[in-house]
Order: sequence, then structure tokens, then C-alpha cells
Amino acid sequence: MNGFIFKVEKFLDILLNKGGYKEVLTGLQNTMIIAVAGLLIGIVIGTLIATVRVMPKYKATVRAMDKFCSFYVGLFRGTPMVVQLLVFYYVMLPLLGLKMSSVLVAITVFGLNSGAYISEIMRGGILSVDPGQMEGGRSVGLSYGTTMMKIVIPQAVKNILPTMGNEFIALVKETSVVSFVGAKDLYLAFQSIGSGTYEFMVPYLAMAIIYIVIVCLITVLIRIMERRLSKSDRSR
Amino acid sequence: MIEVVNLCKSFGDNQVLKNISTTIKKGEKVVIIGPSGSGKSTFLRCLNCMEDPTSGSIIFGGVDIADPKVDINVHRQKMGMVFQHFNLFNNKTVIENIMMAPVHVATKKLKKQKRANLLKKLHLKKGAPEAIDTSVQEIKAHAREKAIELLKRIGLEDKADAYPSSLSGGQKQRVAIIRSLAMDPDVILFDEPTSALDPEMVGEVLDLMKDLADQGMTMVVVTHEMGFAKEVGTRILFMDEGTILEEGTPEEFFGNPKTERSKDFLSKVLI
Ligand SMILES: Nc1ncnc2c1ncn2[C@@H]1O[C@H](COP(=O)(O)OP(=O)(O)OP(=O)(O)O)[C@@H](O)[C@H]1O
Ligand SMILES: [Mg+2]
Repeated sequence: MNGFIFKVEKFLDILLNKGGYKEVLTGLQNTMIIAVAGLLIGIVIGTLIATVRVMPKYKATVRAMDKFCSFYVGLFRGTPMVVQLLVFYYVMLPLLGLKMSSVLVAITVFGLNSGAYISEIMRGGILSVDPGQMEGGRSVGLSYGTTMMKIVIPQAVKNILPTMGNEFIALVKETSVVSFVGAKDLYLAFQSIGSGTYEFMVPYLAMAIIYIVIVCLITVLIRIMERRLSKSDRSR
Repeated sequence: MIEVVNLCKSFGDNQVLKNISTTIKKGEKVVIIGPSGSGKSTFLRCLNCMEDPTSGSIIFGGVDIADPKVDINVHRQKMGMVFQHFNLFNNKTVIENIMMAPVHVATKKLKKQKRANLLKKLHLKKGAPEAIDTSVQEIKAHAREKAIELLKRIGLEDKADAYPSSLSGGQKQRVAIIRSLAMDPDVILFDEPTSALDPEMVGEVLDLMKDLADQGMTMVVVTHEMGFAKEVGTRILFMDEGTILEEGTPEEFFGNPKTERSKDFLSKVLI
């Protein structure tokens, strides 16, 4: 027990007096930036893909786009995130002759990846909305796109909010692999604190606690949003 | 007003509408009746191309709207539709439901005007900029005013900010009817507007429809309400197996049905 307290004291010393907190804050910031930006990009990509996939398939262009989207989704759901990160960083960027910071690479890959997952969630959400909603919109002369964006998707989002929350939590957790391409996330911060003293027990425990706190906060946030959005279900 | 020429509609191998031709004139109240599965809904939904006709034309306002090249949205604005299950927008309040399409159409037009003016100012397009005499706020205020007027007409102005989920079936259907009225349509299509309602709410919806009829609205109504058909209809279309088997005034049709099928049908519904 004394040993543990000693370790805690040593960790706190590094954290508070030797600038360790700076690393942790940078790590926390990068972790959250990657997860949030990845989610936002994912929502945009996912919504676009889902819209294409539920469109009536009369036209050849729509069928071609649908094929492409299903290929995209298959590609990103069929390979591990780490592999996507590594391929993007060590294969795609050199081939294209581009330079990007590690964090930007992580954001891009997380966005592309979550776009694939979110498109499936969103598609389910759109299909769960009564087709009469689309008909109602079309009958007053609104276009397919307008009805989709203003009537169907808002209702779909309400239905899938809990699932989206899970997706966001999964993203936050998966950020712990971004150090593979050198992005300084929470894991790298605590790893570097630990390697200064060859003492990993307390740093990794602290890291685990931070992850749990983040996930709990997100869960609460989603609850609040759900309650807000369900106002149209309440009778008065 | 609407001219239907050789309309055919198939779902896969199932030919549901077989070469239907008829003309609906301004002010007419056409009531479509017939046995279940005879194609009444499909016919009605082809009139505003909710279902794309397999072949044939629907001439509305001088344009064949069955032509896929036509911008159908523009024409649907002048052709209201009322559904069995109301299809109000669940994520919008009552007043938003009514204002949505008018506001959208007007703001779209305004944006287009502004874009054209910008191009003209930059000399990328010929002509002098047109004067713009409205704004988005004004469009919304105007639409709101009109929506409230319509709500007052059905006595539901106190429900303006309620969501559809809190309305009774009869109230929902009356809101759906005035939602289509908000676009000032030339004709309104009704697909069994009272079939999903509790019996005590059928009256209020039929009363509103009679009201519209009295004001001269052109109406095409699929219904099982024979009383309404007799009282309000100016022409009855009896459909069977994808064709208009018989048509005539209510007096002719109900008083003296010509075909075995219609006699049989009437004997079942008029008990
Ligand atoms: N979207 C569709 N896909 C395939 N078949 C359809 C579709 N809509 C209608 N049908 C078929 O077309 C035929 C006519 O249907 P329709 O709904 O027009 O009949 P209806 O006269 O309105 O009947 P009801 O009184 O029951 O409403 C039916 O056999 C039906 O199965
Ligand atoms: Mg029907």
C-alpha cells in the first residue's frame, strides 16, 4: 500500500511540478479534436452516403453512385482502423506527394471511417421513418432533397441518436491508436510520463479514469439531447 | 383542368391501370369509388405523378406532367393531396406544417432573383437588375398570417404551436387539408381522407370538404362515404380492375347503375 502511495506521489510530482500536465492537456485536446472532427466529417459523409443508398434507383447515375457507396462502406468497415491509418500515412500520402500533420491524418481517417459506419446507422434511421413523411413533402411540391433534409433526416436523427452516441464513444476509444502515425493523444502523453520513470502503473490508471470520465460525460450529453429532441412526441 | 390520356400503370407484371382516359374540368367534384384493389389509389396517385405512369399523359395546366423532363414539383404546388394517414410532418408544429411549402417556394424564388441580379451587376448576364420588393422575413410573416387565417377557419388557431402527435385524427386531417390549401392549389386530390378516422371524427372532415366544394374548389375524391358522393359529387367514376367501368352523375349512377359489377358493389356498400 505504501508502495502505491509513493508511486502516486511520484506521478503527481511529474504531472504537476515537472510539466506533465501540459502533455496530458495536449493529449486530451488532440484526442477530443480527432474524435469530434472525425464524428462531424463522418456525419456529413454518412448522411450523403445514406441518402444515395435510399434513393429510388431509376437512373443509371444513381445506381452507379450506389455501387460506389457500397464499395466505400465495405472497404472501411472491412479493415481495422490501425491499418487504415498506416495505409493512409505511409502509402497514400507519399504516393500523392502530400504532407499532412499526424493529427490531420488522424482526423481524415477517422472521418472517412466513421462516415462508413454512420452511413449504415443513418440508412437504418431513414428507413425507420414512415414513408408517408416523404409523400407528404412531395405532395406539397417540395423536392426529394428538400423533404429529405428538412423532414425525413431530422426524424431519422432522433431515432438514431442513441446509436450515434455509441459511435462517438467508439471513436473516442479508438483514438488510442493514433500514436501509430505519431499523433500525440492521451495514450502517448501518459506513456511518455511513465517512461520518464519506468513506472507505468499510476499513469495508465489515470489514463483509464480519464477515458471513463469522457465516456460518462458523452453519455449524459446524449441523454440531454434526446430529451430535447423528443419534444415533438410529447402531447400537450 | 386535368386531362388523362391513355393512362397505363404496371407494378412489375401486374397491370393495375388499363388505358384510362378522362377529363376533369374546373369546379368538378369527381368521386372515385370501386372495390378494393381496383386501382383507385393508384389512379389518384398518377394524377400528381406520385406514381410515375407507365405510359400515357396527364395534361395539367397545358403541360404533360407525366413527361419525366418536366419539373414535377412546380406542378404539384398547384395540385394538393390529402392522404388516408394525414402525413403531417411529425417534426414540425402545426403552423410550420402549413407554412413550410409556401415559405420554401417563395424564398427559393427570392434567392434565384438575387442570384440573377448579382450576375447582372457583374455583367455576367444581360439586362438590368430587377427590383426586389420582399425579404425572407416578409415572406415568413405573410405565410404565418395566411396560416393563422386558415387555422381560424377550422377553429384550431390555439393548436398552432402544438405538434401533430398531440392532435386527434380529425384535427390532423383538417390540418392536412389546410396545409394543401396554403399553396392555393387549383385542384385537391383526396385518397380515402376519412378511412383512418374514428367514426365520430368523420363528420368534421367531411364538413370541411363540403365547405371547400361549396367554394368552388376542384376536387377528386376516392372514398367509401356514399353519402358524401351523392351529396357533393358532380360525377362518379366507378373503377373496376384498372378501368373506369362506369361514370355518370350521382343520380344516374346510384339511381340506375348500368353494369352488373356496379350493381353488385352498390348492393354491398349501401346496406
Ligand atoms: N407500390 C406498389 N407496388 C406494387 N403493387 C402495388 C403498389 N401499389 C398498389 N399495388 C397494387 O395495385 C393494385 C391496385 O391498388 P390500389 O391501391 O390502387 O387499389 P385501391 O382501389 O386503392 O384499393 P383500396 O380500396 O384497398 O385502397 C393492387 O393489386 C395492389 O396490390
Ligand atoms: Mg386505396
